[in-house]
Amino acid sequence: MKLDIAIYRYNPDVDKKPYMKDYQLEIPDGSDMMMLDVLIRLKEQDPSLAFRRSCREGVCGSDGMNMNGKNGLACITPVSTFKGKKLEIRPLPGMPVVRDLIVDLSQFYKQYEKIKPYLINDDKQPAREHLQSPEERAHLDGLYECIMCACCSTACPSFWWNPDKFVGPSGLLHAYRFLIDSRDTATEERLDGLDDAYSVFRCHGIMNCVDVCPKGLNPTKAIGHIKSMLLNRAV
Amino acid sequence: MVTNAASFGRSGVHDFIMLRASAVVLACYTVFLVAFAAFSTPLTYEAWHGLFAALPMKVFTLLALIALLIHAWIGIWQVLTDYVKCVSLRGVLQFVFVVTAFAYLASGILIVWGV
Repeated sequence: MKLDIAIYRYNPDVDKKPYMKDYQLEIPDGSDMMMLDVLIRLKEQDPSLAFRRSCREGVCGSDGMNMNGKNGLACITPVSTFKGKKLEIRPLPGMPVVRDLIVDLSQFYKQYEKIKPYLINDDKQPAREHLQSPEERAHLDGLYECIMCACCSTACPSFWWNPDKFVGPSGLLHAYRFLIDSRDTATEERLDGLDDAYSVFRCHGIMNCVDVCPKGLNPTKAIGHIKSMLLNRAV
Repeated sequence: MVTNAASFGRSGVHDFIMLRASAVVLACYTVFLVAFAAFSTPLTYEAWHGLFAALPMKVFTLLALIALLIHAWIGIWQVLTDYVKCVSLRGVLQFVFVVTAFAYLASGILIVWGV
């Protein structure tokens, strides 16, 4: 079976502008493989092809990219997903391209830094650890699993237009993870940092983030909870 | 923190509340008008004139026009801050849209109170 693949190529040192390069790959009939394996085989053909990857099992979040128009992790996206169509692989949209499929995620990390992604607890430190009941711990399910692959934030038009002001779905999922954590005492301070017209309220709930999240998380729901928290203290 | 001096609301939360409150008023007004047009048979000039001559309908229309002004103001501010990155151009466009929305409001008041 022959796979037709078009890959976004751009090396700013050599190319004046980006272009799509066509490749072909022969794989055994009836077989399937992950998109990352396709890229690794293509790199054997063309060593100049650049992309990020690490764990190759959907844990590290390094190989987020846009495959046939939808963001996802190449290592856990089977070729069969695209039902024999030509494969089009592009970098995550809206971010500056460093080279080929590698994007500069500085802005994404700045937003993550902004939400103070660590536990703040001003109470007297316990002798061993902060205890949490199973119910309190259950609030973190669906939040802590985010691997920061940036698939969600780079699928969000609000993040494309205002990456410096809108925290984005991934950052806000993390923000809610700390807002709802029973061990965190900085809830008001965290809400103060989000209480403006852009940080949270640029989310209009179109749910692109939910559609693309490779971990099946729901940032829109978390953002809804943050909006409710902001409303509750304002009304 | 990012400020939003050109928007209608004083903050993101204020904009959020005003958008939804104005949407409720606009939805009620639209549903009422469509229902009136659908169930008032035959829909004559006298029936239409009588509807808008009543004080409650004048107040309801005025409320809908104010809701439209608020909704458009916030909505346009959000769209313009997304798509127009040149601040001076955005300021001019925002000014034009808000003045137009005020003109609609003024026209609406004069028309409705003239019935």
